[in-house]
Amino acid sequence: MVNLGSDEIIKYPFLDEAGKYLSDKGFSLEDFASNPDLKKIVENAFERITTAIDGRIYKSELTPDSASTTNETFSFLIAVILLKLSGMNTLTRRFSLAEARRAEKFLENDLKNQQNAGNARLSLQILQELFSVTIQKEDEYFTIPISDYLKHSVNFHEREWKLINRKVRHGKVQLTSHETVRLVRKELDRYIFSKINSSSSPEMIQGFEPYVVKLKSLAKKFEVKTVESTEYPPCIKHAIEVLEKGENLSHSGRFLLATFLLNKGQTVEQIAPLFKNAPDYNAKVTLYQLNQLSGTSGTTQYKCPSCEKVKSQNLCFPIPECDPIINPIQFGRKRI
Amino acid sequence: MNEKDAQLLENTFKKFYFEHFDLLHVPENPELREFGYQKFNGGMNRHITLKSDKDLHLLLMQNKPSDVYCSNACYRFPNLPMSEKDWLNADLIFDIDAKDLRKTHLVESSLIKCSDCNEISNLTESCPNCKSTKLTIITLTCAECIKSTKDEVKRLNQILIDDLGINAQSIEIFFSGNEGFHIYVPKSEYQEIGSKERGEISDYIMFRGAIPETFGFKRFNSNKSSLPKFEDDGWNGRIAKQLYEKKSNRSKNIQEIISGGYNLFQKRLEGFRDTIGIKIDPNVTNDIHRVFRLPGSINSKSSLTKIFVDDLDKFDPYVDACFIDDEEITVHANCPVKFSLKNKKFGPYKNETVSLPKFAAIYMICKGIASVT
Repeated sequence: MVNLGSDEIIKYPFLDEAGKYLSDKGFSLEDFASNPDLKKIVENAFERITTAIDGRIYKSELTPDSASTTNETFSFLIAVILLKLSGMNTLTRRFSLAEARRAEKFLENDLKNQQNAGNARLSLQILQELFSVTIQKEDEYFTIPISDYLKHSVNFHEREWKLINRKVRHGKVQLTSHETVRLVRKELDRYIFSKINSSSSPEMIQGFEPYVVKLKSLAKKFEVKTVESTEYPPCIKHAIEVLEKGENLSHSGRFLLATFLLNKGQTVEQIAPLFKNAPDYNAKVTLYQLNQLSGTSGTTQYKCPSCEKVKSQNLCFPIPECDPIINPIQFGRKRI
Repeated sequence: MNEKDAQLLENTFKKFYFEHFDLLHVPENPELREFGYQKFNGGMNRHITLKSDKDLHLLLMQNKPSDVYCSNACYRFPNLPMSEKDWLNADLIFDIDAKDLRKTHLVESSLIKCSDCNEISNLTESCPNCKSTKLTIITLTCAECIKSTKDEVKRLNQILIDDLGINAQSIEIFFSGNEGFHIYVPKSEYQEIGSKERGEISDYIMFRGAIPETFGFKRFNSNKSSLPKFEDDGWNGRIAKQLYEKKSNRSKNIQEIISGGYNLFQKRLEGFRDTIGIKIDPNVTNDIHRVFRLPGSINSKSSLTKIFVDDLDKFDPYVDACFIDDEEITVHANCPVKFSLKNKKFGPYKNETVSLPKFAAIYMICKGIASVT
């Protein structure tokens, strides 16, 4: 477990150590609803959530006195209680992301601030204990083993996070302090989200109700309705054209086409004739493979590969409509 | 494949296995691996477990397979269906094949087989018999192709060692049994990474997806760009060598590159992918559930053996990986080009019945250009 001082508890209120601080104080939830001194904390907690909903980062006062530590840490806890009472997952998601961004700033500063050896060590320890990432300081860079780097970076879509766009040497990737922390943002978000999600839901507490009602109505604006066009994306059109011409479509091209159409709801029987023109067409093999992909013969239903994967297989022929999508299956889907 | 050919191959392969059990071993942790095999004219049999070399030898004798495979992955339950196997880890593997390296097929070592009328002829764009363009290209022994795959293996090794930090001693090279090499990296720090992560390693090795910023080119303030130096590590150093050729050219070339602009530099980087990116097959490296040809087994595409390569420079697959005996047999051959095997030259054969050493006859049957009379 990480050893935290009071300013670290303010920075990272989601850590187990911070929870211990709270239990030591000995307040009950009812105290927050009735005690006028503590009511301010509930308001702060509500503000903490609404700030997150607006996509902003809640600002904390890093004064290591007892009052601000209590306020800052409890406002996080009460925010979690309010979110649990509202039952609005979408708000929890936004809240945990904003809290992750907030902690990220502190982590980055602590990493950068090598003069304060304690802070620097703590930030490296948090990265190690929470995300199993071993980071070392080498000259002006931080280095991380390639395998650790990849576990985190593969989910980023920005090209600069691809391994090819990183300085790599002897099995390690070089990162700045900003990049080091950015690398674990998702996990930090996921860590906070799962902590909130796994905490038990309390009974409704009098005095919290008005905040919960407000949160429920705030959540409504995030409901999304979509329409979908029936036009195929260019990668799928290309695959069909290749087959229609009787040319050879690569294995990955066939996989893309079949999984796309299956995911769009077409049946194996509807899809099979598309492959008739392939130079190596074999009806039995085609049906067998389509059944495998659809999950009828096996237990797995294969998903359509991501745009990134399609690109890496040289099967992507993007048009402007492809810009906002990350999987061919999303092509033509629009919010209304 | 016709029944007579299949039977001859089955018996020949079985004889090879019987005489060369010493070449066939189960890998480390056999009980955690999935084995598979194919029979001539048969489908794939997977999800098999073998505990020892003896089990493997028994499988070879009983089933007379055309090809034998073993997973690079370890599973808790390798014999269960894929979704229940419980994947544990997988060796990092690479496949470098001459087919991915050639820009064009060499007329002297390639021929075509028409998918419509089965006509076999010298390399052309359409079938001389029925004019169909549905053609399969068959490649025969080609020293030049092997030389280029060896060079590619060496370049891959350098990246594995210098960039990925892999110990040179833990890289194992095997001839694939046809026209390429399989490279294994067992027990590395990459053992437990998944398919997406391996995809990133493939892209890195293949130099795919590079952007100008990585090489210090600033999009909006190009005069402040700081392009790579000769002595830089990794791709930066390699790209510097491509860009300037000589150290002394650097400053002159930098001016040209910057004045050419961002988009032109991006295009140059994409061009480097084809010239200096390593031509591995990313599908092999990225697949963490693959059953990969078992070392020591015969590749039925050629009848050559997948064999460990100790000294890459000296290794000659057409001699060192050909284990079929030289007993004379008679086959009907249709092979319009020459080929060389075990230091002997064969062909061309124009739809004729010929008497040949078994290794050459079997090689042609595997390539689909000869048949038992």
